[in-house]
Amino acid sequence: MNIDFTPEDEAFRDEVRGFIAANLPRECADSPALGVMTDKSVVKRWHKTLYEKGWAAPAWPEEYGGTGWNATQRFIFNEEIARANAPRLMPFGLTMVGPVIYTFGNAEQKSRHLQGILSGDVWWCQGYSEPGAGSDLASLKTTAARDGDHYVVNGQKIWTSYAHEADWIFCLVRTEQSARRQEGISFLLIDMRTPGVEVRPIISIAGLHHLNEVFFTDVKVPVQNLIGEENKGWTYAKYLLVHERTSIGGVPESKKKAAHIRAIARAERNADGGALMDDPAFQRKLAEIEVRLTSLEYMNLRILADAAAGKAVGPQSSLLKIVGSEVQQALGELAVEAVGYYIEPVGQGALPGGANARGIGPAHAWNVWADYGYGRAASIYGGSNEIQHDVIAKAILNL
Amino acid sequence: MEFALSEEQRMLQDSVRRFLEQNSPLDKVRLAAGNTHTVQRSLWAGASELGIPGMLIPEDFGGMGLGFLDAAIVYEMFGRYVAPLPFLGTAVMAPLALMLAGSEAQQEKWLPKIAAGEIIAGVAVTESIGVREGAGVKAGKGTLTGKALFVVDWAEADLYIVADSDHGFHLVLPDAKGLSRRALNTIDKTRSVGELVFDQVAAEPLPRSSADAVARVIDAGRVMLAADTLGAGQMMIEKAVAYAGERKQFGRVIGSFQAVKHLCAEMAAALEPSRSLVWYAAHALDEVPDDARLMACHAKSHLSEVGRFVARTATEVHGGMGFTDLLGLHYWFKRIGFDRQLLGGPELVRLEAARLQGWAA
Repeated sequence: MNIDFTPEDEAFRDEVRGFIAANLPRECADSPALGVMTDKSVVKRWHKTLYEKGWAAPAWPEEYGGTGWNATQRFIFNEEIARANAPRLMPFGLTMVGPVIYTFGNAEQKSRHLQGILSGDVWWCQGYSEPGAGSDLASLKTTAARDGDHYVVNGQKIWTSYAHEADWIFCLVRTEQSARRQEGISFLLIDMRTPGVEVRPIISIAGLHHLNEVFFTDVKVPVQNLIGEENKGWTYAKYLLVHERTSIGGVPESKKKAAHIRAIARAERNADGGALMDDPAFQRKLAEIEVRLTSLEYMNLRILADAAAGKAVGPQSSLLKIVGSEVQQALGELAVEAVGYYIEPVGQGALPGGANARGIGPAHAWNVWADYGYGRAASIYGGSNEIQHDVIAKAILNL
Repeated sequence: MEFALSEEQRMLQDSVRRFLEQNSPLDKVRLAAGNTHTVQRSLWAGASELGIPGMLIPEDFGGMGLGFLDAAIVYEMFGRYVAPLPFLGTAVMAPLALMLAGSEAQQEKWLPKIAAGEIIAGVAVTESIGVREGAGVKAGKGTLTGKALFVVDWAEADLYIVADSDHGFHLVLPDAKGLSRRALNTIDKTRSVGELVFDQVAAEPLPRSSADAVARVIDAGRVMLAADTLGAGQMMIEKAVAYAGERKQFGRVIGSFQAVKHLCAEMAAALEPSRSLVWYAAHALDEVPDDARLMACHAKSHLSEVGRFVARTATEVHGGMGFTDLLGLHYWFKRIGFDRQLLGGPELVRLEAARLQGWAA
C-alpha cells in the first residue's frame, strides 16, 4: 500500500493547477457556481482552451489526440478541474461517441468526426432511450430501413440531453426484427440538420431545459454513417457503458459540494443566532455524509490503482454509481436544509449560465434548489440505481 | 500509486483465514460463547504460533514488527469467523500503550510475554471517551481509585493497562490489593469485558503517558473494530447469499426474487466500498499521522452504520431462521452490534470528527 503521490505526480499537479489558474477565464469559473447549467458559449470557450493545450481528451489514445497520461495523472487532472470550479466539458463526444468511433469506426469516420469532437467545434448528443425503452433499452423501436445507399430512420428518442444544442446525434436503431432483441440493433451517426429531425424541449423538475425529445420522420442517413457492422450496435453500446466508468462516482464534484455546504454553514445562522456550523446536530449530519464521501473516494482510488495496473473495472462501477449518486443527493438535501427559507425564491439557478442574474438572498443560496432538483436525476441516468442493484446481484453475487 | 494489499499481506490474511476456518468453526464458537470469561487457551496458542499476539510488537521484543494495516486485515478475519480471542486489548491496544508510553524496563518486562502469547492484557480506556455512572479513575501516589467500565479482554488478564482521568496510563496486576473485578455479561459472547473497581490500588505509571498516547491507543482500537465489522459483515453477506440460493418458496429459490436480490445487492453496495476506507485508516495509523485520527473516526463511524445495515439485512434474508439460534447467525449480528458501541458509537465519533476538522467555532 503506497498511496502517496510521487514527486512526479505532485509536479504534474502543480503544472495542471498553474495552467488552470492562468487560463480559466473568470466568467468560466463563476458560471457553474451561479447556475446549475453552464452556458454553451462558456463551455465551448473552456473546451477550446484545453484543446489548444492538448488536454481536451486525456483518456484518448495519443494517436487520436490523447495526452498519454496514466490513470493517476487523469485522476489528478479531474481533481484540479473540479477544485478550480472549471466547467465540465460535454461528455457526449469526448467520453461517449469518440471512443466508439476510434475503436469501431472506419478510417473515413475517424478522420471526419474525431477532430471536431476533440476541438469542441462539433457537439454531440446521445439517442438511446425511447418512451418504451428505458431500463429495458433493447426493446427500442426506432427503425432504420435500408434504401439503396441510405437508411430511412423513423421513430422517437427521449431524455436526449442537449439535443437542442447538438450538431450530431449517435443513435441506436433497429435494423432487423430478430428473435434476440439485442441482435437487430445498429449504431448510427445522424446529422441533426437532416430534414425530418425535430427536437422538442422537456422542462425538468428544476425548471431547466437540458432534456429533449427527438423525433425522426423519414430521415435519410447515408450508409457511410453506420458504425461497424449492421446489427452489431448493441456490442458497441455495451463497450461504451463499461468504458471509462471510473469517474462515475463523481467524487471531485461531491467534494466541491461538501466544501460549498461548509461555506454555507459558516455564514448561515442557527435559530439561536449562532453559526449553523456550531450546531452539533448539523455537524453530525455533515460528518456522516463526509464519511460516506471519504469511503467512496478511497474505493475510487483503489479502482483507479487497479485500472492503472491493468485490471478491468467491471461491475465495480455499479458500486461507484450507487454510492456516488446517493452521496450527491444527500449533499443536495443537506444544502437545502442549510439555507433554510432561502430555498424558496426559485428560479435563479435555472437561468442558463446565470452569471449576470442576481438572486434573492445570499449568493450561496441561489443555486441550491436547482442543484437539489437536478440531483434527482443522478439515481436515474446512466442506468438507474435499481438496474445497478440487478447488475451487482448478477455479476458480483451470482444471484 | 498503489492501493492494494501486498503479496505478503494477502498471504498473512490467507493463513489466518485457514487457521480460523479449521480451528474456530461455529461449534467451537458456541462452546466458547458458553464460557465467555474463559480464555480459549488452545486457540490462542495456535494464534501465537502464527505470531498474532506480537504482530505489532518490534522484533527486538520478540514480535513481528508489522503495521496496523497488517493487524487490520488479521482482525478482519477474526470478525469473519467471530473468533473468541483476546486480540483487541492484548495484541493491539496494550502493546501500543506500552510502546508509546512505557519505560524501557516496562517494555522489556511485558512486551516479550505478550508477543509469546503467554499473557492476556486487559485495557481500560472507556472513561477517556465518555464518562457514565460516575465512573473514572483518579491517580494518587502510586495508587488508583475509582471505577473503570467495559474493560476490554477482561477475563483471565495477567495485566491491566488503565487510563486515568488525567491521560495517564498505569499497569495494574489482577491480584493487587483493593482491586475488585466484576465480569459483565454482554450481547457479544465471543469477547470478554468487565469492570474494575479500584480502592487505593497499587499501580505503576507508564512514564511517557500523554493525552496523545491515550488518543492513539483509542484510534488504533477504533480502526480494529471497523476491520472486525468489515469481516463479520462480509461473512453475513456470504451467508445470506448462500441461504437465498438454497431456500425455496413458491417453487423457486428465494434468491431468484428481485426483492431478495436487491437486499443482497444493497448489502454489497454498502460494505464493499468501505473496505478501502478501513485499509486507508489502518495505513494512516502507520504512515500518515496527520490523517490518522480523523480517518479512525471515519472508519469507526462508517463501518458501524454499514455493519448495522448489513447485520439487519442479512438477518432479514434468512427469514425466521435468522432470528433463531439454529444457524448461529446471531453471533455475527451481536459482534457487529458490540463493535458499534465499543470505544464510541458512531454518533459520538462523528461529532469528534466534526471537532477535529475545526467546524465548531
